[in-house]
Amino acid sequence: MTLAEKLLSKKAGRPVKPGEFLLLEPDVVLANDITAPLAIKEFREHGGKRVKYPERVVLVPDHFTPNKDIKSASQVKLMREFAKEQGIEKFFEIGRMGIEHVLLPEEGLVKSGDLVVGADSHTCTYGALGAFATGVGSTDIAGFFLTGKVWLRVPESIKVHLTGSFKEMVTAKDLILKLISILGVDGANYKALEFLGPGVANISMDGRFTVSNMAIEAGGKAGIFPVDENTIQYERERGIEVEPMFPDESATYVREISIDLSTLEPQVAYPFLPSNVKDVTEAEKERIRIDQVVIGSCTNGRIEDLRLAAEILKGRTVAPHVRCIVIPGSQRVLKQAIKEGLVDVFLEANCVVSTPTCGPCLGGHMGVLAEGEVAVSTTNRNFVGRMGHPSSKVFLASPAVAAASAVKGYIADPRRL
Amino acid sequence: MKIRGKVFVFGDNVNTDEIIPARYLNTSDPQELAKYCMEDARPGFGRRDDIKGAIIVAGENFGCGSSREHAPVAIKAAGISCVIAKSFARIFFRNAINIGLPIVELKEAGEFEEGDVAEVDLENGIVRNVTKNREYRIQPYPDFLMEIMRTGGWLEYCLKTLKE
Repeated sequence: MTLAEKLLSKKAGRPVKPGEFLLLEPDVVLANDITAPLAIKEFREHGGKRVKYPERVVLVPDHFTPNKDIKSASQVKLMREFAKEQGIEKFFEIGRMGIEHVLLPEEGLVKSGDLVVGADSHTCTYGALGAFATGVGSTDIAGFFLTGKVWLRVPESIKVHLTGSFKEMVTAKDLILKLISILGVDGANYKALEFLGPGVANISMDGRFTVSNMAIEAGGKAGIFPVDENTIQYERERGIEVEPMFPDESATYVREISIDLSTLEPQVAYPFLPSNVKDVTEAEKERIRIDQVVIGSCTNGRIEDLRLAAEILKGRTVAPHVRCIVIPGSQRVLKQAIKEGLVDVFLEANCVVSTPTCGPCLGGHMGVLAEGEVAVSTTNRNFVGRMGHPSSKVFLASPAVAAASAVKGYIADPRRL
Repeated sequence: MKIRGKVFVFGDNVNTDEIIPARYLNTSDPQELAKYCMEDARPGFGRRDDIKGAIIVAGENFGCGSSREHAPVAIKAAGISCVIAKSFARIFFRNAINIGLPIVELKEAGEFEEGDVAEVDLENGIVRNVTKNREYRIQPYPDFLMEIMRTGGWLEYCLKTLKE
């Protein structure tokens, strides 16, 4: 069995095969300040009185918080009151919260082996822990509130066989951008990506979260890592004991892609698709002038990401025409960054440092682009209008490339500063 | 379940940021969302008078990106009767099924032109281009999904079959 088949078979209590439709009771269900209000409304309109498993629900207002306007404040107010009414204790206010996909693993709210569904497409992030985690819609969440169940189709899996280890200034972000360029934005549609092989041991947990996070950018239903020593250690730090998990030798994959990590270069995804990728050496030649840099998000807002950005920004300053926005992914990451002196580095370099929020990633607030503006961002999407005006442009890259570009004022190679 | 309407044509990889940009996501009121339906793919689309009952025809991977159900909700509330595409992104597909927005996967979607009249017969698995007088067979939904569609959506299905 593949990892996806193992995880879903465990939940179903019997062996399952790709193509089957299952009704399962997830361990963790997640919604945010965009998707929860719609779920709550539908739950009530369909006669919902009590949420079946309030202890399994996590509500994280992270997209438009701290609230940017009256309408978004009203949405969060609705969530807050619903959480109170239903006895949902895992509701996270600013000052205690984080971007959902940084927060949940960090706090041990999701763990290896779990079935997690979230009304947020980047729910696939938790595949890094060896969980089956997938994005769904608000109606699915309302259905869970009513019945405790969701419907899922068992996916076929694509094997991504990894060998080697990253060169200096090459990161997990570069791996996933490269993979998306190979697969295309729908190359893994309806399928699970499984990251296997000896190279996996050379990817940190923070790196694995980055990789799993962007499985959806190739259309993937999930992006799953095995449970190895790194995972077991990560979970143990959170008081969770888990067993190793690998696919069976006999597992069937619909496609296999091999990547030697040591051959990767830093990558840049050009507008307007995450698959539109070039090596940074190519991008640098084009001298693409930028207006803004964003370092953060559910993709790259973890402590390792900030350490890498700070390594480059230390003793340097952001180019005069560039605005550099650093957004730690959670309150815990922010505190750690302060403790390690990273925030000082950012402030000395003339960056702004924000409280955790999804903010500019989706053009919400805290760094929306004007007509024709260009950004380099460590986020996950560069669609038309994603970060603001429909004529603005977003180039996706790692924290290293983003920080180097902030210093140079154009898209730059962090190895040639 | 037969649907007939005027066709509006869109390209490949139409993502949910184009279908309903995040700047309009501070509400979940369907009528409000409908006004900005397809706004960043075709500005003003949601505010046209001639989209009631119309059919959207698109290329590959329609609805990719964010899981925001506001995307199919906006399309449905704008009065679009059906979306035909060469393929759909997974979350958009399930959201559309869940809220009872008819969607059809059709490899030949590229043969439709703006303004053609299309007819969709979901039960019998047939799509017609009335203007061009062409007919296509489509793969019917798996039984489970067809049952959700017939019941009117996932929550209706839940109420009917799951809630003790």
